Amino acid sequence: MAKATFDENRCKGCELCVSVCPKKIVVMAEDRINEKGYHPATVEDMDKCIGCAFCAMMCPDVVIEVEK
Amino acid sequence: MAKVFERPKSLIDIPMHYCPGCTHGIVHRLVAEAMDELNIREKTIGVAPVGCAVFAYDYFNCDMQEAAHGRAPAVAAGIKRVHPDNVVFTYQGDGDLASIGAAEIVHAANRGEKITTVFINNAIYGMTGGQMAPTTLLDQVTATSPYGRKPETEGYPIRVSEMLATLEGAAYIERVSVHDIKHIVRAKKAIRKAFEYQLEGRGFTLVEVLSTCPTNWGMTPAESLKWLQDNMIPYYPLGVKKEAK
Repeated sequence: MAKATFDENRCKGCELCVSVCPKKIVVMAEDRINEKGYHPATVEDMDKCIGCAFCAMMCPDVVIEVEK
Repeated sequence: MAKVFERPKSLIDIPMHYCPGCTHGIVHRLVAEAMDELNIREKTIGVAPVGCAVFAYDYFNCDMQEAAHGRAPAVAAGIKRVHPDNVVFTYQGDGDLASIGAAEIVHAANRGEKITTVFINNAIYGMTGGQMAPTTLLDQVTATSPYGRKPETEGYPIRVSEMLATLEGAAYIERVSVHDIKHIVRAKKAIRKAFEYQLEGRGFTLVEVLSTCPTNWGMTPAESLKWLQDNMIPYYPLGVKKEAK
């Protein structure tokens, strides 16, 4: 049981978190834009999250917190 | 559930101004994490450069001082000599450190000033719009080398870490990268080790971090990481360049 929380309004849509997720569950939310005007990164299938925190370690803007 | 990753206390909770995908943010976080782990935030003084990282003084949750372009090592050396019990670091890009500030970094290292420098090498001038830097690779196209950098007219990319490693005053010099998770973990260890060397009063320490500039390289952030890995690492080999016993 693990959970990644995204501070969506801080996201700049660089997609580096998407590129490092071993479970391929981090996606860009195509249905909404944030305060900065980007599609923010998010996880829709959180049950598959293993809490490795790779997304958070790769994020240049410290958008993501991970619990496990 | 326990937190396995959260914002370090040494990094102020405000948005950073860097472009999307810029690895400056990662390195800021690594420096802040190293400060947290060593519990030195209250006694650390950082010196910010001129360049993209000029606003570093807004982001680090420790005392900060801005320096004139390239002069961060000179300012830091002065602070450290007056406050020898404080931890003093500079955070500089390649335009700042390797070009206009080349004299300051060489002599700070040669005098063995007990400061730590975090040197961001992204092979280009970022803030001013992508001009050629001393670290720009051969044949790399920039705003001021539109046909690619040619050694006959622009010389060769400077390997700063190897150059400074020849100086007696340098105690610890390592080149790291942040293009994937494994290397990010190594980069954090190197920054932490540099701070530890300073706490032990061993001499000048520098960690060169190979970084990306997606905006001025004209690539996506993910493509930039691949470009770094394929082009920069062969010319700028990673590893410890000097470690005083």
